[in-house]
Amino acid sequence: MNLVKIFKNVLLVTLACLVLSACATQKKSTSQLQGDVYTGTDTVEYLASGVPDRVFFATNESILTTKSRDTLRKQAAWMRKNSDLTFVIEGHADERGTREYNLALGERRANAAKDYLMTYGVAGNRLSVISYGKERPVDSGSNPLSWSKNRRSVTVKAN
Amino acid sequence: MLFRYIFILIIFLPIKAFALIEVDITRGNLSPLPIAVSPLSIDKKSKESFNKILKNNDLGSEISIVVENNLKQSGLFNPLNKDAFLQEPDIAHLKPRFEDWALIKAQALITGKVTFVDEKLRVEFRLWDVLAAKEMMAIAFTTVPTNWRRVGHIITDKVYERLTGEKGYFDTRIIYVSEEGKKTNRIKKLAIMDQDGFNTKYLTLGNELVLTPRFNPTNQMVTYLSYFRNLPRVYLLDIETGIQEVVGDFPGMTFAPRFSPDGKKIIMSFAMDGNSDIYTMDLENRVVERITNHPSIDTSPSYSPNGKYICFNSDRSGYQQIYVMKSNGSNVKRISFGKGIYGTPVWSPRGDLIAFTKMHKGKFYIGVMRTDGSGERLLTENYYQEAPSWSPNGRVLIFYRETKTDEMGEGFSAKLWSIDLTGYNERLVDTETDASDPSWSSLLSN
Repeated sequence: MNLVKIFKNVLLVTLACLVLSACATQKKSTSQLQGDVYTGTDTVEYLASGVPDRVFFATNESILTTKSRDTLRKQAAWMRKNSDLTFVIEGHADERGTREYNLALGERRANAAKDYLMTYGVAGNRLSVISYGKERPVDSGSNPLSWSKNRRSVTVKAN
Repeated sequence: MLFRYIFILIIFLPIKAFALIEVDITRGNLSPLPIAVSPLSIDKKSKESFNKILKNNDLGSEISIVVENNLKQSGLFNPLNKDAFLQEPDIAHLKPRFEDWALIKAQALITGKVTFVDEKLRVEFRLWDVLAAKEMMAIAFTTVPTNWRRVGHIITDKVYERLTGEKGYFDTRIIYVSEEGKKTNRIKKLAIMDQDGFNTKYLTLGNELVLTPRFNPTNQMVTYLSYFRNLPRVYLLDIETGIQEVVGDFPGMTFAPRFSPDGKKIIMSFAMDGNSDIYTMDLENRVVERITNHPSIDTSPSYSPNGKYICFNSDRSGYQQIYVMKSNGSNVKRISFGKGIYGTPVWSPRGDLIAFTKMHKGKFYIGVMRTDGSGERLLTENYYQEAPSWSPNGRVLIFYRETKTDEMGEGFSAKLWSIDLTGYNERLVDTETDASDPSWSSLLSN
C-alpha cells in the first residue's frame, strides 16, 4: 500500500518536472527570437573576449538590427586594434529558400556586415566576403529557431 | 495504270491511319497502354560472345528489360508480365501470332533480334499493332557491345515517338549533385547517370563544394558552380575529357549558370558589392555582357529556346518573383502574380511554358505557367522542393526534394523526383547517394 503511494508521488513529481521543464524550454526558445531574428548565444563564438563573431538576420532580410550593429562596432574596434589581421565575412541563409537566391542573399548579408565595419574604420582590403547560401547551416533543425540561427553573417580570421 | 495506283492509295491510306493505336498524352494518362515487350531473340553463338565481353547471361533479355522499365516509368505504358507470353521470341519476331498476344490483352508488341557481328552488337526490332495485326515499325542498327543499355533506350525512344507522336527522352543522361554526410557539412560531388539511374559516375572528388550543374543543350559540356580555393565561380567542364576551366575573370562570386540554347554562351549571375546582376559570356570570343543593372537580386536566368528572351528571378518588387525580358535586357516584365513568392524559372524546350518553384505558407510547389504568366498550374506540393529541369521533349520535370528533420535535427535527406507535365506519374528517381540540383541532357542520339 505504502509502496503504491510512494510510487504515485514519484510519478506526480516527475510529471510536474516534465511539465515545468517543457514550459522552461518553450520560454527559452521564444525569448531567443525578436521578431524572427535570433538573439540567443547558442552558436556564437568569440573573436576575442566580448567580441561576438556573428550577427543574425530576419527572413529574406539583410538589414542590420540594433544588436547586430552593436556587435559589429565591437568587431570594428577590435579589428582596428589588431591591424595585422585580415578577415573573411561569411554570409549564410536558412534552408527555406531556393539555392540560387540564397547564394545572392548570403552575399548581400555578408556585404551589409562588411559595409558597416568599413564605416567604423576597418579598411576594405582587410575584409573579403563569401556567400555560402544555405550550404553550411550551423543548426540542422527544421524549425523557426534553427532557421534563425542559420540566417547569419560570421566574421572569421583569415590569417 | 495511273488510275489503279490512285485507287490503291485512296483505299489504303485511310485504313492505315484509322487502324493504328495511339497513346493520348494530352491529359494525365490514367489507363496506360498494355504493351508486350518480348525478350529479344539471340542465337547461342552470339550469346556466348557477348557473355565474354559483358559478363551478361542473355543480352536479348537484358535489353528488353531496359525497354520495359523505361516504358513503365513513363506512366503511359503498362508492360505485361513475360510469364504470360505464349510465343518464342525468335518466332514472334518473324511473324507474331496476333491472337495469342490479343489473348493476354496486349495492344502493342515489341520483338527483336540481337546478333554478334564483327565484334559489334547488331540489333533489329519491330513494333506491332496487335489488334490491327500489322507491323508499325522496323529498325536495325549496329553499335559497340558496351553500349547495350543505350540500345534499350534508343528502342524505347523510337517506340515512344511512333506511339505518342512526340520525341522520346530515354537515351539521355542526368547530371546532378551527389550529397553525403551531415546536414551541417555536406560533401557534394558532381555525378552523372543514365536517365534510368544506371551507369553512375562521379566527376569531382568532393574536396570542394559544387552546385547547380547544367548541360549544354548541344553537346556534352556542363557548367556549374564550384567553391574551388574558396572562390565561388562558374566553371565549364567537358565530360568527355574531364578538362575544367573558370568562366570569365570576375572579381567576385559568379553563380546560377546556364547555357544559351545554341550552346555558345553562358548566362549567369555575378555578385558585386553584395548586388547580383545577370551577365552573359560568349564562349568563343570571351566577350562579357551585362544584361541587368538593378540594385535588387537578379538571378536564376534561363533563355527561351529561340534565344530571344530570358526569364529570371528578381526581388525588385520586394520579394522573389519571375520576370521575362528580351535577351539584350530590355522590356523587363514581371509575370508571376499569384499568392506567395516564386523562384528558379526554367523555360520549356518547347517554348510555351516556364517551370518554377513557388513558396507559399511554408510549403514548396513545383509548377508551370505560360510565358506571359497566365495559366499557372501547381504540379506538386511538399515540405521542400525546388529546381525543376525539363526532359528534352518538354514532357517531364525532374527536381529535388528535401525532408524535414526531427527534433534532434536528424533524418535529413535529399532525393531526385520526376513528375509529368500533367501532374501525374510522380516518381522517386533512384540515385546511389542523396542527390540534388538535377539537369537533364538532350537526346544523345538522333
